[in-house]
Amino acid sequence: MTSASNNTEGDAAQSVGAELYYRTQLDQGNFVIQRCSACSKAIFYPRMVCPHCGGADLQWFAPSGRGTVYSTTVVRRKPEDGGDYNVALIDLEEGVRMMSRVEGLPPENVRIDMPVKAAIADCPTGKLVVFRPEVAQ
Amino acid sequence: MINERLRGSAAIAGVGHAGIAYATGFTEMEILVQAAHRAVTDAGLTMQDIDGIATASVSATMWAMPVIEHLGIRPTFIESTMLGGSSFVAHLLPAIHALESGQCNAVLICYGSTQRTSSLSRAEIGKARSKLDPQPYEAPYQPLNPLSSYALAAARHMHQYGTRREHLAEIAVAARKWAQLNPEALMRDPLTIEEVLSARMVSDPLTVRDCCLVTDGAGAVVLVRSDRAKSLKQKPVYVLGSCTAVWNRQISSMHDLTVTAAQQSGRLAYDMAKVGPSDIDVVELYDAFTINTLLFLEDLGFCKKGEGGDFVADGAIAPGGRLPVNTNGGGLSCVHPGMYGIFILIEAVRQLRGECGERQVQGAELALVNGNGGTLSSQSTAILGTEATL
Repeated sequence: MTSASNNTEGDAAQSVGAELYYRTQLDQGNFVIQRCSACSKAIFYPRMVCPHCGGADLQWFAPSGRGTVYSTTVVRRKPEDGGDYNVALIDLEEGVRMMSRVEGLPPENVRIDMPVKAAIADCPTGKLVVFRPEVAQ
Repeated sequence: MINERLRGSAAIAGVGHAGIAYATGFTEMEILVQAAHRAVTDAGLTMQDIDGIATASVSATMWAMPVIEHLGIRPTFIESTMLGGSSFVAHLLPAIHALESGQCNAVLICYGSTQRTSSLSRAEIGKARSKLDPQPYEAPYQPLNPLSSYALAAARHMHQYGTRREHLAEIAVAARKWAQLNPEALMRDPLTIEEVLSARMVSDPLTVRDCCLVTDGAGAVVLVRSDRAKSLKQKPVYVLGSCTAVWNRQISSMHDLTVTAAQQSGRLAYDMAKVGPSDIDVVELYDAFTINTLLFLEDLGFCKKGEGGDFVADGAIAPGGRLPVNTNGGGLSCVHPGMYGIFILIEAVRQLRGECGERQVQGAELALVNGNGGTLSSQSTAILGTEATL
């Protein structure tokens, strides 16, 4: 959990842009998104100014990681190139949407409205937020 | 209501195209210039009469400059806003403003691409663009863009409204039936719903037959003030309404994947033209993928949201159906050189001039054109009409 802000008058975390801050946090294993102090709406992808109200005081926080699949597709790829894979849009319960993929099941079995939970995966390009089906309690 | 006084103030006086399908041995600039020359000649003008230019390129960010240089013109109006495939429909309104203010007297809107035969592959262009124009919140998941973005929209529409793959296939088949009536179309073999459904899946639920062609091609139109158009060679095609809307760039930033910005561009274009969907005789929609046609028919008011599937069923938008849509065969079966928007303008003009031979829509007086750009990111609607609609 972090309470850093994009506001340029603040602490060390504020000395870099939102994209680099997000990337740095993710590489340390923290998935963080923003919330606007003025309108209280959650924001993703990371911004410098709130896309809902124009407010400039955006606070970072760790989302619950819970979400649902908004839409899903299977990109067809030859087996020798790695085979088919999933690309999905996930709605986080905080009210933001992001592109990701759902892992832990065949890509064609991912369903719209499926409850999912965020995880951080290691990829050749750096750490990445992915989702896995949420196991019923 | 915006721009009401601009309704019908400008007209398309000439159209031209070149290098359709395969332009082997030519550069994109060369076929663009050929198309431009044909459009200017079609209007009964010469290149020296052109004092306004509107153009955009997929790859060259300063594209207006070499186009001006090749044409040897000294324009007083230059428009090169890049909104993907919708750009050339989007260039209409600024061009109309420039004509109306007296800034210029004849605007050439032009585009050319040799993406099919160029030695620079689309994969290489894609790789370069990912560096020059990064999308760090989508690219790591490797969507096969633009296709996967449209696939996500199609999947959501199917989930939300019960739209079926058969409905999307109807759109591909209707486009092919129109293409069979167009000697200039690239794909003219018969196509069935079953063949679309059993075609190779690329990004579910879209198969290769739900996707546009990858071709070369160049197109151009000449726009002048209406009073001048009346004294030129061709029957003028008046621009009655024109509006562009952009709500997002990335598919992950689209608020509702079943609703496009064509709702906004369409409403404002209808308001300017003082007509509604039921008045339109012929419809030219940017069909990069089958789902486009369905979404735009809904967003432009030809049917209610969610009812696009039933609307297109049983050949309703094919020749002989209730509404003629994409009468050249569309991006799906006629031509699609990277940014297709110029060709929907050209087809609408030819329909309103009555030059379309076997595919001519009888008595066509009002045409609607909707250009799409990016991944359902930009929508540009134009409403064109004959003298009778002024």
